[in-house]
Amino acid sequence: MTFQEIQNRAKSEWENLQNNAYILIGTATCGRAAGALSTLEAFQQELSRRNIEVKTIQVGCMGLCHAEPLVTISKPDSFRVVYGNVTSELVPRLVEGYIVGDDPCLELALGTLEGGQGEAPYIPELPRFEHELRLVFRRCGYIDPVNINHYIANGGYSSLEKALRRQPEEIIEEVKNSELRGRGGAGFPTGLKWEFCHSAKGDPKYVVCNADEGDPGAFMDRVVLESDPQQVIEGMIIGAYVISAKQGYIYVRVEYPLAVERVKIALKQAEELGLLGDNILESGFGFHIELAMGAGAFVSGEETALMAAVEGEMSTPRPRPPYPAQAGLWGKPTLLNNVKTFANVPLIIERGADWFSSIGTEGSKGTAVFTLAGKVNNKGLTEVPMGTTFREIIYDIGGGIPESKSFKAIQIGGPSGGCIPASLLDTPIDYDSLRQAGSMMGSGGLIVMDEDNCMVDAARFFLDFTTKESCGKCTMCRLGTLQMHQILEAIVAGRAEPEDLNLLFELAEDVKAGSLCALGGTAPNPILTTLRYFRDEYEAHVMEKRCPAKVCPELTAYYILPDKCERSCEHCVLTCPTEAVKGEKGEIKVIDQEKCVNCGTCLDVCPPEYDAVVKLSPISQLPPEDAAAKERGIAQRAQQVV
Amino acid sequence: MIGTQEKEQLAETLSSYGKERKSLIPLLEEVQVDLGYLPKEVMQEIATFLAIPEVEVYGVATFYNQFRFVPLGKHHVRVCMGTACHLAGGKLILEALERELGIKVGETREDGEFSLERVACVGCCMLAPVMIVGDGIHPRMTPFKAEEALIPYRQKSDGASSSEEQAGAQ
Repeated sequence: MTFQEIQNRAKSEWENLQNNAYILIGTATCGRAAGALSTLEAFQQELSRRNIEVKTIQVGCMGLCHAEPLVTISKPDSFRVVYGNVTSELVPRLVEGYIVGDDPCLELALGTLEGGQGEAPYIPELPRFEHELRLVFRRCGYIDPVNINHYIANGGYSSLEKALRRQPEEIIEEVKNSELRGRGGAGFPTGLKWEFCHSAKGDPKYVVCNADEGDPGAFMDRVVLESDPQQVIEGMIIGAYVISAKQGYIYVRVEYPLAVERVKIALKQAEELGLLGDNILESGFGFHIELAMGAGAFVSGEETALMAAVEGEMSTPRPRPPYPAQAGLWGKPTLLNNVKTFANVPLIIERGADWFSSIGTEGSKGTAVFTLAGKVNNKGLTEVPMGTTFREIIYDIGGGIPESKSFKAIQIGGPSGGCIPASLLDTPIDYDSLRQAGSMMGSGGLIVMDEDNCMVDAARFFLDFTTKESCGKCTMCRLGTLQMHQILEAIVAGRAEPEDLNLLFELAEDVKAGSLCALGGTAPNPILTTLRYFRDEYEAHVMEKRCPAKVCPELTAYYILPDKCERSCEHCVLTCPTEAVKGEKGEIKVIDQEKCVNCGTCLDVCPPEYDAVVKLSPISQLPPEDAAAKERGIAQRAQQVV
Repeated sequence: MIGTQEKEQLAETLSSYGKERKSLIPLLEEVQVDLGYLPKEVMQEIATFLAIPEVEVYGVATFYNQFRFVPLGKHHVRVCMGTACHLAGGKLILEALERELGIKVGETREDGEFSLERVACVGCCMLAPVMIVGDGIHPRMTPFKAEEALIPYRQKSDGASSSEEQAGAQ
């Protein structure tokens, strides 16, 4: 089949679909966790019960994860409506209303996709979309990720077809002029990497896509692969054509079973249409892609460690140079890029380098994709032009902090990144400004922290992670992260001395300098940035044995205010997992501090009208005998751990 | 020790792979899916098949977090300890489950019903904190809800009860 024929067939399938009503249900991992599969089943049951033939299509994620399960209903002569939080109970109503009848049930809708429908908002005009620019994510949630024809009908693979008619050098020039930088976090110019690999001597050459998205709190690559995997495959094929590779690998982490499944199907469909194989689109150029699964090691995200994993070895990094472009997989020249880097390539070929480089800032072009989680209202995913500020992302797109709490920090880049304080909220986000702030773009996970989060605890959390994930090759990383973690443990437990803060700082600088790869080289970032911007919190832990956010269990106690306790209510007594809350019906309830494990259940269940449970820090704020009991309890549990 | 049936299955799995070093990790993954863990003799078989030293197989298997050397419980409980889950109290969930199940993280109960594990991030950060029992994701946990969430799995296995009476409290 010629590409024209493939395209015509795809377009006619897509047009046929538009001529009938159909239902899109977001069943990416986030949708599934929110119950999308039950919603899907409910639609299928309701439709068959009424004997209606309407297609239900599983799609990926639109990024509005806070409103999952998401459903879109499309009708040929009417406007498309997107509904949020669609549980199975709402399904009969939507079928009755908008499938059978003409009532679009706008009271349940997030908005319409066509606009001009009176009270229902036009989705692209929602405040958040004024700041967003969806390029990589433009099809996510609108097309069937396991139907290649949907991708092709919406412009897919026309860039490949165009690229195969051009010289590799022209494509390299185009990518270079676009000023695309690596989306894995480090930001190396992509065109330059392609040029190095193109001119490197060696045969065979390989193309590798890094989808080992290990940063806790980041899930952009998962969403791309679950929602629109073909664009990544297309980008890889173009890369392979440029460097003359015959074999490629997509390395996906095993924790993403749905992404693995959808990529497998996508590869098979591309092969069936001759877009992958020995003679791609009759051009004489052949390329195959194999799926390689990660086995759960964070360090595998580092490029040289990733290649070791593909080869079946322990995933440990090796010194660079030589860079993968010269000597990569099995010592051969290898083009290794992140999922989103490859996904940007077809766009650049389609719309041109000038268009791409008109978006963004001086040194960082195109868009940045972030996942937004933590203490923010609209959790989910967003794609914005480079140079957007943190304030726009948190407040205009994210809808601000829940429960009118105050913003404390934003953590970017996971265990390799840092915490950005309120004073830097107006920083335009790009590779260079983040590096100046002591952080890095990283993979793009943004976690918002509010007044209830302890910055020392956050640093300790990341160090706990990097200590466990250090591959053990470099001494400074293997032992240095452990030492830093121990100092942080002492600080959060109130056992640290003032000079420990200086020691921590020195150690952090040494670990940075003495590690081969980015895991060790960036592991101190969470400590260095919190020390730089939140030193007062460290000092409160060390000097006053106080946790300002009232998080650290050794420095914080739960206490029931006797004059506020309602007596006849027993919520706290009945729910306490360690039976630490005492008091008969009609008596004031008291927490046995020796037994209390700081789980916070009593505070959660105490009815808001009484509001009798409070958190105290330092522990010396408790009545003296309670404080002594608390100390005894902490000591006992510390022994159990040993 | 593994039985004859497992041995036959292993032989079949091995025959579908090429005798190349790059087959090692996919092989370990597939065998673990079949058996639930990696028994010592399976690793020896794989070493023989790929003609590499046993220590290499063991080295690779222990390097990656994904591989396990003891069987899992009938209900495998995982608690997400990603950043968003940590900030939302993931550690409290893990502690509550340790108390409730009477095992520490990484262990399997003696009766083989439950095992408990921490995972780095399952990418459902907007539902934090989450726990996963088998394949089912339980969103927005509290220590109390986590204990409650185990009840159906307990009833499914042996009807054992300890804290169910508390369930009416909310």
